Amino acid sequence: MPPRMRAVREMAFLSFLVRRLLLGIVVIWVVTVGTFLLFFVAPQDPAAKLAGKSPSPGEIAAINRRLGLDQPLLTQYWHYLDRLLHFNLGTSFLTGSSVNTILKQDLPPTLSLMVGGAVIWFIVGVAAGILSATRARSLVDRVCTTGVLIGITFPTFVVGLLLIAFVYAKLNEAGLHWVQVNYEGPSQSIVGWAGHMILPWITVAAVSAATYTRLIRGSLLDTLGEDYIRTARAKGLSERRILYRHAIRSALTPVVSQLGIDIGTLAGGAVVVESVFGLGGIGQASLNAIQSGDTPIVLGVVLCASLFIVLANIIVDILYSLLDPRVKLS
Amino acid sequence: MSLTEVGLQADVASDLPAGPIEGRSPWLLAWRRLRKDKMAVASLIVIIVLAVLALMAPLVASWVGHPVDMPYTNSGLNSFGDPVAPSGKFLLGTDQLGRDLFVRILYGARVSLLVGIVTTAIGTAAGLVVGMAAGYFGGVIDTVLARFIDSVLAFPYVVLALALAVVFGPSLPVTIGVISFFAWAAIARVVRGQTLSIKQKEYIEAARSLGAGPLRIMFVDIAPNLVAPLLVLATLFIPTAIVFEATLSYLGVGIQPPTASWGNLLSGAQNTYNVAWWDLVFPCVFLLITTLAFNLLGDGVRDALDPRTERLFASRRRRARRRARHGGRDAAAHAGGA
Repeated sequence: MPPRMRAVREMAFLSFLVRRLLLGIVVIWVVTVGTFLLFFVAPQDPAAKLAGKSPSPGEIAAINRRLGLDQPLLTQYWHYLDRLLHFNLGTSFLTGSSVNTILKQDLPPTLSLMVGGAVIWFIVGVAAGILSATRARSLVDRVCTTGVLIGITFPTFVVGLLLIAFVYAKLNEAGLHWVQVNYEGPSQSIVGWAGHMILPWITVAAVSAATYTRLIRGSLLDTLGEDYIRTARAKGLSERRILYRHAIRSALTPVVSQLGIDIGTLAGGAVVVESVFGLGGIGQASLNAIQSGDTPIVLGVVLCASLFIVLANIIVDILYSLLDPRVKLS
Repeated sequence: MSLTEVGLQADVASDLPAGPIEGRSPWLLAWRRLRKDKMAVASLIVIIVLAVLALMAPLVASWVGHPVDMPYTNSGLNSFGDPVAPSGKFLLGTDQLGRDLFVRILYGARVSLLVGIVTTAIGTAAGLVVGMAAGYFGGVIDTVLARFIDSVLAFPYVVLALALAVVFGPSLPVTIGVISFFAWAAIARVVRGQTLSIKQKEYIEAARSLGAGPLRIMFVDIAPNLVAPLLVLATLFIPTAIVFEATLSYLGVGIQPPTASWGNLLSGAQNTYNVAWWDLVFPCVFLLITTLAFNLLGDGVRDALDPRTERLFASRRRRARRRARHGGRDAAAHAGGA
């Protein structure tokens, strides 16, 4: 590439990055406003929950004053934004501990779950997708397609429940105690940690791997039907070269754009899997916080998760333009 | 002219209809392709049977003689107070309160199908309008709407769905509202993309030069091109919505007991699965069959509407047939030589 063109590309990339980061901040701001309104306008009364049985109006007023809930909504939001700019997510209504600390504490189970699950689904999904597309309507394809259908059909919590009922319970009855539920950090033993995580990993991976197998199969089949693949065949290229050099690259573009959408699903799936297996990560913390009306924790979790999703989407867009140079970053 | 070409021409000639050639609309062709797809037809039949069973749930309950919310503390629970196994009296056994599981599952089917269809209808309509508006008008409207779509998709939706359900009080309408709220965004994103490419076409320019207004162009010229992808998206969203409802109900923020839904049946089964496998397995089976049927039907509809994949398979079939014929002739030549 001539140096001038490269300079132009680099400028385009930088301006794309700046624009997307700014837009990402706008998206996150919209999310905070939405969540904030939802929880502070909603007919919930955290003070009444905190004050215990039959509180006097004075007690409730005192709690509201302590939590800053007696101020006008705009002032409350202003304080919230001010704290946010100092990377302070506030303090829990119920326990008074800092939300930053709570999130930091609950991060390891969630991270273990998402990273391990993502590795499994990516490997399984891509391999099965390519296999079943290149051998369309063969036995391998039928096995993969059936597996995909089962994976897509089984909701996350059903996979988890069935695994607990028929794998965890049976194995432990049989005297095999490696496979466990609940969470145990990897600091004591990596093997023990993996034993606690293996069922949750499979659960998270099952649905996503199935979705991606199907997606890759579909888009690879579409690509293999294109005229330029026929041209490549007519040129006498080997099937392997056609597949890996010509087809997969363009077949992966719709997959990558789907990835951006699905990261949110993965984060949501974490809530369900954490509750089914009692892992106690960020997802479960948010579920408990929602049910007990502990708004600062909910706001913190939603903010973290949307930050993660926005960043992941920017990375996905960059990947997209790397895969398909015709796509302009904008 | 080689033998292969003669064979091909013969193929083409034998494919021609005997009578006068009739015009076939793309929809008729798609319907014919769908009818040939055995899996899709089987799925359609399963869905119809399920829908009929769901509609007849009160009738079945009175038939069996077990009202949906009636706990049979004597005949429905054994001496330990555990659910009883499937038998002639309780077709699929009982749940932890001694209620007839079969009847409860059928009532659960009503909830699932209702939620699946209503949320998909709302989501598709809203997604179509928002996506078309964003794609067609472009500029500021597109930027705002596209960012809004992104914001909704960027929301960790299970968390938000839980929050909405708790804040507004879990119930059937709230569940439908929450699921619809997430249905439209993904559909709007696809519609926007399609609209962006369709509006570049010459016939849109022609319509505009004839003086058609934006509404007319959107709904008369663009929308018909979106029906096929929307139909596929909608069929495939129904099972997603059903699973979503089951998940919410399982987590305790969807349909509330004593109203039966597959999600809260499974949530109850969590306490009884080690003494009563049927409590866990049968609601799972129904949930899976339903979502499986909709997924397979969606696949069938997509294959039927997108002839390109069909063309690929057709060309493969033709190639395979030709190869088989070559092989046959070679074998015959060998036999003759010997």
